[in-house]
Amino acid sequence: MNICVCIKQVPDTNEIKVDPVTHTLIRKGVPSIVNPFDMYAQEVGVRLKEKSGGRLVVISMGPPQAAQALRSCLAVGADAAYLISSRSFGGSDTLATSYILSESIKAVEEKEGARFDLILCGKQATDGDTAQVGPEIAEHLDLPQVTYALDIIEKDGGIQVKREQDAGYDMIATKLPAVVTVVKLPYEPRYPTLKTRMGAKKKEIPVLTEAEIPTIDLAMCGLKGSPTRVKKTYSPVREKHGVKISGKDPVQAAGEMVEFLADAKLL
Amino acid sequence: MCNLDDYKNIWVFIETECGRPKNVGYELLNVARPLADQKGCALIAVVIGKDIEGVAKDAICYGADSAIIVDGPEYEHYTTDAFTKAIVTLVERYRPETLMIGATNNGRDMGPRVSCRLKTGLTADCTEIDIDEKTGNIAWTRPTFGGNLMATIMCPDNRPQMGTVRPGVFKKGAYDESRTGEITKEEIHVAPEEIRTTLVERVNEITEAVDLEGAEVIVAGGRGVGSAENFKLLEGLADVLDATLGCSRAVVDAGWMPYAHQVGQSGKTVAPKLYFAIGISGAIQHLTGIAGADTVVAINKDPDAPIFGVADHGIVGDLTEVVPALTENIKARKA
Repeated sequence: MNICVCIKQVPDTNEIKVDPVTHTLIRKGVPSIVNPFDMYAQEVGVRLKEKSGGRLVVISMGPPQAAQALRSCLAVGADAAYLISSRSFGGSDTLATSYILSESIKAVEEKEGARFDLILCGKQATDGDTAQVGPEIAEHLDLPQVTYALDIIEKDGGIQVKREQDAGYDMIATKLPAVVTVVKLPYEPRYPTLKTRMGAKKKEIPVLTEAEIPTIDLAMCGLKGSPTRVKKTYSPVREKHGVKISGKDPVQAAGEMVEFLADAKLL
Repeated sequence: MCNLDDYKNIWVFIETECGRPKNVGYELLNVARPLADQKGCALIAVVIGKDIEGVAKDAICYGADSAIIVDGPEYEHYTTDAFTKAIVTLVERYRPETLMIGATNNGRDMGPRVSCRLKTGLTADCTEIDIDEKTGNIAWTRPTFGGNLMATIMCPDNRPQMGTVRPGVFKKGAYDESRTGEITKEEIHVAPEEIRTTLVERVNEITEAVDLEGAEVIVAGGRGVGSAENFKLLEGLADVLDATLGCSRAVVDAGWMPYAHQVGQSGKTVAPKLYFAIGISGAIQHLTGIAGADTVVAINKDPDAPIFGVADHGIVGDLTEVVPALTENIKARKA
């Protein structure tokens, strides 16, 4: 099975702070990581590849430094990596991003000389949290999709996907090729070893610009290809100045809290 | 780009499963009603499923002016291909200006597929929806970067303007039995070979569904609770308050509670009247999920925990002492 995993380099949102004056993100000193859901997608892909053979290629659209993220995937089981990077792609919303990725997937298939049977994405990126790019890639490529995957099993020449739902899960069958988006799994992605890390360092990561993606229509990329516009951003205001009881006997403190709740007619 | 004047009215997609509606559709009608009034346009419920005429009637009682239904055996269970085809066909027939969808797993599966086919903009997981005074466009506001930042997004040149909203962010309106409206039945059939996925099996692992989105009172615990064993204390408090049990992500990661109970950016978004945050420090991702709570009370041993910054009332102390004291006090009061 030939697999393509789409990954994104994101700032570690646990480390992000907002500038209280300018209301913009302070990115300085914030570490970049591979979007955690994408690492689960990659792990599912590597496990499928180990079982049935084939090749796993990882791609990412982003600035030149996103090559680091691709390299970390090469160290945990990916066979090849491509960086999709061009000034013409900047400012893309999810529609334009998914278009660029879908055209890139076709270009990578040409370079690899093989079609992908399965395209994997994380269910969403932890910076934008939209969960839109995976299904939109499927739509651009006219492929079936299964989202919120907890596991993928090869069966009858196709796949069965364990899909998260409200009270448990659904088993969904589909033919290949298909697009699947992956949630947090019951197991953790593998760690690189010194040896795999050294191996990944030696690999070349080709950069694809519009020149290497012959079918791409630049009118559908970047701001021009993006129907949405961010009008403003601000930091959420959540400050309340409530009562805080400190250093009191637990029974007495609990009594005061109950009084407060009773006064507010909440009991 | 399209001729914007050809598009009018606000549509709300009402998701059903085996003919039963999901609440989020009705919650969206309540948000959209004042927007439709402000624009002077109609609010239309769109219901796709099997045996759903009753749902369409209820949607009108919850605030829709009229409803469009697509009924057929191929819609009994959600599939990406059938539902995308039905919605896209309806949009092309009627040209709505705005389309709102509940951000359930199925809604978030279908939304981007539809917006991509229609080449229009979609804003995910909105927490505020307004009309921009200058342009008349919908202003969709959503948390981003893990809740660290709010962003207001518009779709100025394409229609319909699409957005999803998570369940529980808004409340349902009152059910008004006297409301009437037209229900239009549209025939859209999808051939079996057009549906490329098959539901092989549905496994319900949770015998009792956890309805955090609809809960009035939630007792939630975090890493500070310390162990799965200590959650019994929280269960005791939840029992006397008739509350639903919730937790933070750290608790799910530690395996103390199942994911169905998780509150926050990567779990459920909740809007209860009363929220107990016990041993929850208050990471921004958690605070984003409880932004809709009316009253928050916190118990934490760390006086500097960020949760106290959003709490109406808080106790700095040992939860294994405070929580049983609270339970006993409330029990005595109710007896």
